[in-house]
Amino acid sequence: MDEKREPEQGIVLTEAQLRSRRRRSIAIALALGVLVVLFFAVTLVRGPAVLNRPF
Amino acid sequence: MSVVDHSAIELPAVRISEADVGDYIALLKPRVMSLVIFTALVGLVLAPGHVHPVLAFTSLLCIAVGAGASGALNMALEGDIDAVMTRTANRPIPRGRITKAEAMAFGMTLAFFSVMTLGILVNWYAGGLLAFTIFFYVVIYTLLLKRRTAQNIVIGGAAGSLPPVVAWVAATGSISIEPVLLFLIIFFWTPPHFWALALFRSDDYARAGVPMLPVVAGPDATRLQILLYTILLVVIAAAPWPLGYFDWIYGVTSLVLGAGMLALAVNVYRRRERSQSLRATRKLFAFSILYLFALFATLLIETVVRAVMPVVG
Repeated sequence: MDEKREPEQGIVLTEAQLRSRRRRSIAIALALGVLVVLFFAVTLVRGPAVLNRPF
Repeated sequence: MSVVDHSAIELPAVRISEADVGDYIALLKPRVMSLVIFTALVGLVLAPGHVHPVLAFTSLLCIAVGAGASGALNMALEGDIDAVMTRTANRPIPRGRITKAEAMAFGMTLAFFSVMTLGILVNWYAGGLLAFTIFFYVVIYTLLLKRRTAQNIVIGGAAGSLPPVVAWVAATGSISIEPVLLFLIIFFWTPPHFWALALFRSDDYARAGVPMLPVVAGPDATRLQILLYTILLVVIAAAPWPLGYFDWIYGVTSLVLGAGMLALAVNVYRRRERSQSLRATRKLFAFSILYLFALFATLLIETVVRAVMPVVG
């Protein structure tokens, strides 16, 4: 029972898959960054009235 | 031996995506998006009152992303059609770069964020109208109309006509005649534009089983419809001038451009021989893009000049 087993490799990504996944991750990070900056900028622009808008 | 016999379980092959950022950008239909941004910009500039540049940028960004979301959802739902049409066979889904489920998830995420961001940061009327625009394009046009009726692009054209209205509502929180006029111009521009495309791509549409007018009613009936809609378009595009909504510069430009559009539509109607007909429809299709762009550019320049002139003077 105490036989030593190699850790399972699971799915090994190819170089192309790793590269494209990395680029997609960077794009998502940039999009989220833009969203954060946008919310921050609008908060500055609207000032105290940020929650006071039509509807 | 383990409890579970692994050899007895056939697991489905795991698909690892190799899709690049460019494939996802292609899902957004960038060329359509550029026209949406431009018409929305005109709606925004034409709107009365001052809009803070950050809010203007936010509105345009949300409208652009909303249009991209519509494009992605449209491609997700039309992968089977795209695969058999030469014009669209190179899109990411038929090429196998992105799956239908991935495109759906991408489109839904963008739709959600664009609507919520516009609602939270600008106003909920604009957010609601953007949500309606996406719904109209994806559900009414793509799911209900496109494969069922030759009037698909006539009714579906409403979705493409709404961006300047969304922008106006984003700027003012209300609606008036001017954005409705912009809506009507794009609405009546859509049939001659798309039927010109459908005329020289009718084999493609027939193969895909899409009931575009040339496929269902034939090229001659389509040519007549193009001519009739072009006459309507020219009248509607010029009407804001005598009605006093837009200036004479716009009026004269719309008449000159309208004359060009009408001449090309008459040419399409008259040329029935195959090679001449192809040339005529391609010319009309190309000019129709220039027509809409120039018409809206005139409004944009006119408004900006009028706003700047007192300062300059």
